[in-house]
Amino acid sequence: MRQAYRIIPIYTADVSGVCSALYELGGMTVMHDPSGCNSTYNTHDEIRWYDQDSLIFISGLSEIDAIMGNDDKFVHDTAKAAHELKPRFIALASSPIPFLNGTDFPALAEILEDETGIPAFAVPTNGMHDYVYGAGMALAAIAERFTDPAANSGAGGSGGTEGPDGPGSCGSTAGSCGNPRSVNILGVTPLDFGPLSHGETMKKSLETMGWYVISTWAMGDGLETISRAGEAAVNLVVSSVGLRAAKVLREKFGTPYVVGAPVGEFTEKLSMTMERAVESRECEVAYLTAHTSVSGSGGEGTGTWISASSSMEEPDVADITLIGEPVTMGSLAAAIENQYGRSVRVLCPLEEWEGLLSPEDEAVSGEEEMEEKLKNAKIIVADPLYKPICPKDSRFYELPHIAFSGRIFLKKIKKMPGFAELL
Amino acid sequence: MLKRAGESIDPAGAVIAIKDAAWPAPFASELEFNSPAHGTWNIVHTGMRVPGARQIYVCAGNCMRGVVLTAAEMNEADRFSFVIVEEENLLNGNLEDVTIDGVTDVIEKLDERPKAVLLFTVCLHHFLGCDLERVYGELESRFPDIFFVRCYMDPIMQKNGLTPDQKLRKAMYDPLPRLTEEEINNRAVSLLGSDFALDETSDIARILEANDFALRELPKCSTWEEYLNLAESGMFISCYPSGRYGAEEQAGRLGRKHLYLPACFSYEEIIRHLEELAASLRQLRDKGGSENMKEISLLNYDAEIASCEAALAGALSEIGDMPVAIDCTFHPRPLGLARLLIAHGFSVNTVYLDGISPEEKDDFEWLRVHAPELVLSATIQVKMRVLPRHGEREVLAIGQKAAWFTGSRHFVNVVQGGGLYGFDGIRRLAGLMTEAIHEEKDTEDLVIRKGWGCESCI
Repeated sequence: MRQAYRIIPIYTADVSGVCSALYELGGMTVMHDPSGCNSTYNTHDEIRWYDQDSLIFISGLSEIDAIMGNDDKFVHDTAKAAHELKPRFIALASSPIPFLNGTDFPALAEILEDETGIPAFAVPTNGMHDYVYGAGMALAAIAERFTDPAANSGAGGSGGTEGPDGPGSCGSTAGSCGNPRSVNILGVTPLDFGPLSHGETMKKSLETMGWYVISTWAMGDGLETISRAGEAAVNLVVSSVGLRAAKVLREKFGTPYVVGAPVGEFTEKLSMTMERAVESRECEVAYLTAHTSVSGSGGEGTGTWISASSSMEEPDVADITLIGEPVTMGSLAAAIENQYGRSVRVLCPLEEWEGLLSPEDEAVSGEEEMEEKLKNAKIIVADPLYKPICPKDSRFYELPHIAFSGRIFLKKIKKMPGFAELL
Repeated sequence: MLKRAGESIDPAGAVIAIKDAAWPAPFASELEFNSPAHGTWNIVHTGMRVPGARQIYVCAGNCMRGVVLTAAEMNEADRFSFVIVEEENLLNGNLEDVTIDGVTDVIEKLDERPKAVLLFTVCLHHFLGCDLERVYGELESRFPDIFFVRCYMDPIMQKNGLTPDQKLRKAMYDPLPRLTEEEINNRAVSLLGSDFALDETSDIARILEANDFALRELPKCSTWEEYLNLAESGMFISCYPSGRYGAEEQAGRLGRKHLYLPACFSYEEIIRHLEELAASLRQLRDKGGSENMKEISLLNYDAEIASCEAALAGALSEIGDMPVAIDCTFHPRPLGLARLLIAHGFSVNTVYLDGISPEEKDDFEWLRVHAPELVLSATIQVKMRVLPRHGEREVLAIGQKAAWFTGSRHFVNVVQGGGLYGFDGIRRLAGLMTEAIHEEKDTEDLVIRKGWGCESCI
């Protein structure tokens, strides 16, 4: 049965996704829920909770308020906290019971904005979708509400001449206006990329390619920096979490976006795709064009985090199976194929995969189907908690993913290179 | 990003001197913050105490994530399964079918049938009017060899009634069988409702041993048969407040006497509870027949008190005027502990709690008179996220939350009272406090781990 899970966990859900995406932006996120969403989030899904403050709270919804449709307490408590703590914005996230009740969160956000004078918005979660949906919607809301409409997306494909350097002429402190190599990185949260230092490696790998990173959504940069996103010549969607925001920024500023995460030698290909997007103003999924068919022979990797090496015995199954988020795994697949000449397929257990998978890849729903799809897999790269449903004779390479195993492998993750340097 | 902005936040509403505090709710019920100290047990940890049982949860993704990873972190993932509830199940009204079919599917995939399934239904089942009798009836008919324990993860109910934790501490003893008088062992006592076994030197353990009564405790059961043997005892006792309801219910169901003997820090109350225990043991002895008629021997209270006084004096000589902070996760009686320590000269300046137990009314009143400036500090009030967490002086923290809120690396790392009990508990606590000031702990590494005392793979 698709909904039954015997041994593996499930991915971070949408409510935690909202909190994770907004964590560093100085707002206040309120989960409307009795209890569980809060402890789940800050225990398993948030590695910054111990020493980096963020205003993330739960309403403590009670049975009687839910049954009577009493939203007043929620509004009162949220407004009071906002008055006292003075957040930059208020974000509301729903959980199963308010969803069931049909609580009108956009209306509650409007009331709160009127009462407090603080921008407020609702993210339509219900605790029944995965984090990509929640975090994606949250970042999209930030793109809609908090990016400076006066920001100049003046690169226009050819308008700029400067590289990743100092101030320009548009009054921006970083001077990215008109810079055709300016970029926002969209979709960076610890859920997919781990600690801040790992996000930094991604940024550095782009800088090495001559790109100037205006903002990283949303790890390492605050709301002020992010509000300048409209200045970028191109947006880079490094996980599916960033796709909705990219579409908003495309709509708002005309900025093209490229989907793909820098990793290994794929970074060069990705950079070329970004250059092409700046010129053409067209959007592209970089790893799908890079994800070419591979004959099955190729060099073996050594000295890298993932050194793929195996003989190809199953002609109908790729050499290597990656499990996880479609953009990061798709990019990793492209990098492995490019560097090692092995065929790779991605199994995506998340909801938002349309347009992000190659024909060889598959969207998979539930433990049962995943176990079935893995039956003939020879080399598997995935979070260690997938191991119990992998064939005993397969070779398993651990790639811990916080959105799946939470903090269980955090110590290991901290010792690993960042995603961009996995190969 | 918000970093340590708390210096500009007015602490009113989150912090109050006890002389000004209301009983039993010193702080308003509003939005809640959850600190990173996670050592207290949740329903997954507690449920795992039933040997041979498997836990199966039926709920939405966000709620599920917390419980499934709790099991994984304690290396018990192979005793945990779940069924995910999706939007369409709410709209189609087929929650009964999803629950029955999902649980069936999980069980049929297992290599070995569990003795019992702790089946947790949730707020959604309650709100949708799910026919749980049908669910359990069908599952019991499909799997007659399995005992299905009715468990609930419905925190939405906890402000007006029993918490999921209290309900679990009742339900997890439902498989205990009814026995005939002849099958009951009047030389044994079962402790129900606690996550931790009593220390072997605890007052209760010593009294039972001295009088040839066996003490049976769930945390010491490693097999299903040992667990079932809890039912044989002639008397049930409970010491942990959340376990009281369940123990009383089970005693009623199985026709046994129940004694509630809460762990506390007052000599008078300890003696009262031990006298109560002795009286009940006499009754059990009388039921047990003439060969067991020797008098129940008790502790020498004067000697016990003198020993406690010496231990506390010893601790005070080491700790001196170092500020002490206590939190409600350390023990169900944080105010009773504050009273004991203040009465013995310790510089307790803060107690972290969000509400005051009715059991602590006397301690509350005593402290208002004798330590009016004692600070009560909330743990879940929103300002606690940003108020400063480091004072001018290092604090001796008693409990994980106190350690986090004070930024202390010198703390007593125990939750829910551990196995501390009675005079022995006071002496052991004095030792732990002394140890804490001499030993620096890695607070972050310790307090973020869920389920103190459980295995932790993080």
